[in-house]
Amino acid sequence: MKLIYQKLLSLLLLLPFSAIAEWGLNMTQGVTPISKEIYDMHMLTLWVVTIIGVLVFGVMFWSIFHHRKSKGAKAAKFSHSTTVEIIWTIVPTIIIISLAVPATGLLIRMDDTSEAKITIKATGIQWKWKYDYLDEDITLYSSLDAKSQEVAQRDSGQNPMEHENYLLDVDEPLVVPVNTKLRILTTAEDVIHAWWVPELGWKRDAIPGFINDNWAIIEEPGTYRGNCTEICGKGHGYMPIVVKAVSMEEYEAWVDDRKALKLAALESQNKTLTMDESMAEGEKVYKKQCLMCHQANGEGVPGAFPALAGSEIALKKENTLEHLYRIIYGKNLMPKFGDQLTDLEIAAVTTYERNAWGNNTGDLIQPKEVAEARKNQTK
Amino acid sequence: MSTIAKDTHHDHEHKPTGLKRWFFSTNHKDIGTLYLIFALTMFFVGGAMAMIIRAELFQPGLQFVDPQFYNSMVTIHALVMIFGAVMPAGVGLANWMIPLMIGAPDMALPRMNNMSFWILPFAFALLLSTIFMQGGGPAGGWTMYPPLVLQTGDAFPFLIFAVHFLGVSSIMGAINIIATVFNMRAPGMSLMQMPLFVWTWVITSFLLIASLPVLAGAVTMLLTDKYFGTSFFSAAGGGDPVLFQHIFWFFGHPEVYILALPAFGIVSSIIPTFSRKPLFGYASMVYATASIAILSFFVWAHHMFTVGLPIKGELFFMYATMLIAVPTGVKVFNWMATMWKGSMTFETPMLFAVAFVILFTIGGFSGLMLGITPVDFQYHDTYFVVAHFHYVLLTGAVFALMAAVYYWLPKWTGHMYDERLGKIHFWLSAISANVLFFPQHFLGLAGMPRRIPDYNIQFADFNMISSIGGFAYGLTQLLFIYIVIKCALGGKKAKSVSWEGARGLEWTVPSPAPFHTFETPPKIRKEMLENG
Repeated sequence: MKLIYQKLLSLLLLLPFSAIAEWGLNMTQGVTPISKEIYDMHMLTLWVVTIIGVLVFGVMFWSIFHHRKSKGAKAAKFSHSTTVEIIWTIVPTIIIISLAVPATGLLIRMDDTSEAKITIKATGIQWKWKYDYLDEDITLYSSLDAKSQEVAQRDSGQNPMEHENYLLDVDEPLVVPVNTKLRILTTAEDVIHAWWVPELGWKRDAIPGFINDNWAIIEEPGTYRGNCTEICGKGHGYMPIVVKAVSMEEYEAWVDDRKALKLAALESQNKTLTMDESMAEGEKVYKKQCLMCHQANGEGVPGAFPALAGSEIALKKENTLEHLYRIIYGKNLMPKFGDQLTDLEIAAVTTYERNAWGNNTGDLIQPKEVAEARKNQTK
Repeated sequence: MSTIAKDTHHDHEHKPTGLKRWFFSTNHKDIGTLYLIFALTMFFVGGAMAMIIRAELFQPGLQFVDPQFYNSMVTIHALVMIFGAVMPAGVGLANWMIPLMIGAPDMALPRMNNMSFWILPFAFALLLSTIFMQGGGPAGGWTMYPPLVLQTGDAFPFLIFAVHFLGVSSIMGAINIIATVFNMRAPGMSLMQMPLFVWTWVITSFLLIASLPVLAGAVTMLLTDKYFGTSFFSAAGGGDPVLFQHIFWFFGHPEVYILALPAFGIVSSIIPTFSRKPLFGYASMVYATASIAILSFFVWAHHMFTVGLPIKGELFFMYATMLIAVPTGVKVFNWMATMWKGSMTFETPMLFAVAFVILFTIGGFSGLMLGITPVDFQYHDTYFVVAHFHYVLLTGAVFALMAAVYYWLPKWTGHMYDERLGKIHFWLSAISANVLFFPQHFLGLAGMPRRIPDYNIQFADFNMISSIGGFAYGLTQLLFIYIVIKCALGGKKAKSVSWEGARGLEWTVPSPAPFHTFETPPKIRKEMLENG
């Protein structure tokens, strides 16, 4: 409640001063040639409708003030005029054609994805984005940042106003070079999502079974934020998109880093974990990947997401393999994590789930076992 | 029924009494009243959900509900408002007024009329019961896009059958209106002499008959996809999720005009009355309504510009969508010309009607902006769209319905409503609705997607303003109930011509309109007619 009062107060006090400058009132001009053209088209249409509005409403208000019974106005008898009716059919038609012509050209330019230098496939998954750099063999998963996840919990006791990029930040941003034609493909694994970064000037649905292609040339380095814009379930508001545009050199260095990381992950599958290492790493993974559905206390949400605390699958020794399979391959609403998590991460989170919240089985899963479970593609 | 008629044969009106009067009614006025009361009830049910939505969005962070419940509120709010409030209110007005306006004793198919109403409470019992089910109510948006809607829990079949029932009810209502208008007009009333309200309802009825079976087909395919192993919409099974969107919006866009056209009709009755001047361009109004209706079947994909249509498709749907602005513009200009050089007074119905013209036009402007495909890639699925369709549906359709209620209440109840309270209701509604929805344009342009329970802090200020407007609007509507009940119970006696400038057959019968009217068809004289 205190927050509400503060806000109301600041609204009243600050409205005339800082507000107009700070509040987003209009569409962004964006950072690509197309987004700037779209902004211009938006402003053109906005001005056209504003002028029509001022004229039409002006005439109407003039009439409302002058043609009142209380001012002694006597009603005229006319009920049609062919000339006037033809005029107000033809004039709007001309206005509309004059808007349609530039819109057509712009749409045709937007449609041309040829000669792109870098192709990235964005896959919507409930509730995160997966990015495949098709030319580099790099894959990364991009989920809501840990801080936002924490604050976003109901009654988290934390004030979102203190978190500048609340719900617009991710753990792994999409890194791209500036001044390079990017081809961004959108698709989805489960339900329909939509990929939108306002500064790039467009959004496009990500639809299972379809691949849509789009393009962008980002002209200014910077971090650009957006959201999923097609309702995709309970996490719809929690799958932001962050694009980090950097110079070509920085981009290339980043690509090398990612490749090195990939090698390191491959090596980690030979590692043997201790219980403490497992629990620490597992908790990290759990908070990032599992918490939104199974909840911080492992109790799940009755009727929607099963509890892990005290569950058969997390407690019984003979279910250990099944536990791994669920995580690797998914089941029903449970997404598959096999592609996203390394063997080490899966081992650690499984250990964590079997020992947290009073589950205390003492089971310690090693990356080797995960590698073994992965071989069994038939589950 | 016959025994009741005998018992009460002294009663001039032969009116059955008690529960039987309402459950077995075949009287167009009683059924009209039932529809209107049902619609008002649903307006408050849907409104309560809107209050939950606005409360949650009052400030960033999750305060009151979980995201899943929030989504189900968004979904059911839309279904309730569209199918439970605006459509039944329109059908209720049609039931009450069409026979009175064309000099018919009743609707052509009175028993079917009874059935088409009584399906509604059962349909909504099915739909609203889902809120209390395992897994919650439907939460994939009222558009029911697969594959998301297939993740619905136990609520799923209830949702589908509720939609089926609503469709059946509406189709029966539409058949009834068409049969009535084409067969039961008083001798001497030609089609081009009918009040525009009757015209808009005839055209709306054809839209209903043409579009609702398509929706029924689409949801049946969802049902078989979920329970009978078909893959109409599943890419993995060789189907196509986008196909659903094409079918849905082939229904959905005409549906938009099903909500809007009767509103055009209402306003076309009210503005001439209070301008004391005949409607300007009657014939062009009829043609404009018909062209809007026909065009509405060729613009559906403008709801789906972002799905990745081929460019030729996008261009076609952009041109067709922009074209709708022409007949819609003609209507607005005609209303303006009707007011021009009139002798206007501004009682509550006129206030709502003028507000309708202005605010619906603002919704039309944002509609034109949304129709421009390349720019729609920025607007689509943001709060800009939410602002747009609430301008056309709330300050559009709902304002027109409010205008209609104030306009015809004296005819229904025999009493004048409290004009002072009516005006207070209008001004509070008009101001709060704009505080509620205008800032949502800015939110959308600044990048806030729709259907999210929580948002970044940059959107906090406008959301708070919008919520304050929302609460004010919600509270104001309680005043409306008070005004209606007060008017039903008593008040200044209404004359048969309740408004100075009113013309049309409905004003030739006493106020309140007797239980049976026009048992012998009236002799039509040109000056009696609204558009004589």
